Amino acid sequence: MRNVWIICRKELGSYFVSPIAYLLLTMFALIFGLMFWQMLGSFVFYSMEMQMRGQSFPMSLNEELIRPLLSNIGVIGMFFVPMITMRLFAEEKRTGTIELLATSPIRDTEIILGKWLAALALYAFMLLYTGLNIAFLFKYGSPDWKPVLVAYLGLLLQAAALLAIGTFISTLTSNQIIAAAATFGICLMLWLISWASSYENARWAQVLSYISIITHFQSFEKGVIDSKDVIFYGTAIFLGLFFTSRSMESLRWRS
Amino acid sequence: MFTSEAFGKWLTCDVARTPDYLQQNLMIKVKEITKKYARTTAVDHVSFEVEKGQIVGFLGPNGAGKTTTMRILTCFLPPTSGSATVAGFDVLEQPLEVKKRIGYLPETPPLYPEMETTEYLEFVGKLKGLSGSQLDKRVDYVCDRCAVADVKTKLLGKLSKGYRQRVGLAQAIIHNPDVLILDEPTAGLDPKQINETRDLIRGLAGDHTIILSTHILPEVEQTCQQVIIINKGKLVATDSVQNLQARARGAESVLVEVAGRNGNLDLAVVQKRLEQIRGISRVQYKTSHADRNVFEVESQKGFIRGDLARAVVEAGWDLNELRPAAMSLEEIFLQLTGEEAGAEPAAKGAH
Repeated sequence: MRNVWIICRKELGSYFVSPIAYLLLTMFALIFGLMFWQMLGSFVFYSMEMQMRGQSFPMSLNEELIRPLLSNIGVIGMFFVPMITMRLFAEEKRTGTIELLATSPIRDTEIILGKWLAALALYAFMLLYTGLNIAFLFKYGSPDWKPVLVAYLGLLLQAAALLAIGTFISTLTSNQIIAAAATFGICLMLWLISWASSYENARWAQVLSYISIITHFQSFEKGVIDSKDVIFYGTAIFLGLFFTSRSMESLRWRS
Repeated sequence: MFTSEAFGKWLTCDVARTPDYLQQNLMIKVKEITKKYARTTAVDHVSFEVEKGQIVGFLGPNGAGKTTTMRILTCFLPPTSGSATVAGFDVLEQPLEVKKRIGYLPETPPLYPEMETTEYLEFVGKLKGLSGSQLDKRVDYVCDRCAVADVKTKLLGKLSKGYRQRVGLAQAIIHNPDVLILDEPTAGLDPKQINETRDLIRGLAGDHTIILSTHILPEVEQTCQQVIIINKGKLVATDSVQNLQARARGAESVLVEVAGRNGNLDLAVVQKRLEQIRGISRVQYKTSHADRNVFEVESQKGFIRGDLARAVVEAGWDLNELRPAAMSLEEIFLQLTGEEAGAEPAAKGAH
């Protein structure tokens, strides 16, 4: 555990001394801020219109604003995952520092867990930014906080799964651009295959849509913790990290 | 099932070391190691042993398999076949125990450019299991020892080549390992830095067993006690520096330059006189350009230089020069690796 923490601290340090972390945080905050501003604007506009038509009770903040917002974060986050994971192993392989880690008395799994946790922590920072905006809704309205929390848990789980996949891909190359592009492609595909189920109801379409990372977020955004979805994300995380450790092992046998 | 013996071992946390280490102080034992890559054989049945406290030069041309062998010893690569033990632990079976006892400086120092020197050394120290005040003490110590104290707060990415190498060395000794493995520690340094690095390595020899690889021969002659020569993945020779020189030379041989008093010298007389000295097995006239008459004198036993000098002077000739005809390691190296290539023409066709 101590070793995991040492690696994690070092990775977080690398994120925050280089411009990567600040760039990602700024871009994410800007994008989310813009989205929040526009969606809040339209929410206010429609709810005023509703009131003028004589609708007695107001629109639900949870259902009409927070839920679509967080669902969008789920998709936008996918674009940020490759930028977070691309350097994890590719950079160490390029500069040769992987030799230092691999000849130190720590286990491969500790290296992998440390790096993945650091990536997850950076992503959590990004989510924290979005929380600032949501907090204003609690100041001026009274949304239910429990489904919001569940949705954030879902976002974190989804990201954890994608980050595990990205970590694996980063071990395959010493070129960060290749790692990023491949991760990006896979993230995108894991999202797009869910579209098949919108027009097709055959078995294969159902399977594809089930594999899609994004469909499992739908229960979380409603505020429901479905064990099926938790297990799906858990499995994806485990598989991603397991393949990472296999890949590190094979690095030694081939290199 | 737990036998009582196994239980005792488990209880005292006594990790199983090989008897070689416990009885003979063998720090490193490599037995029949082979490493094959997809199409090439990088290391081919190499065996050698290193005793505690030795500095061993690992010598060979580029691509001979030095780095691969070192990577096997540091548990970075597993061997295809054969076994290696470091400090009594097998590299395949107990890699964590081996890694605890090894300090490794790869060919390019494994530095993180975004870290400061002390930050980096602390990170490596923690990786190797140090903590608290012990870690601080070691960081200060290696900074002094490797002369990097004046760049403690500099970013590693901004350091010059010489400093990078020294930080790399500091990193390797931070946990005071039994064995130091240095892959071409002086490559790419300027002559002054090379000397400083060599001094540093020699200074470290007391506390550590050191293996350093190089393709520069004088380095081995200057720093090492033992040489392991490897070529095309095969072990060519392993011996002490003196023995190796003696072996290549066969017997003690000396070059003598003799001159007559008034310019004329009867070479046949000189040769006859030299041959009469006891213990001398062969006298051969070498050259006489620019009025220099040089004889190569060989003997099978001990030093003959004193007897030689006396004989020349007593015969009324001038003794202008007398020096051992030692082969440089370079010649030995070429001779040994050359023989190898000759014995195996068109070696493997690979590489």
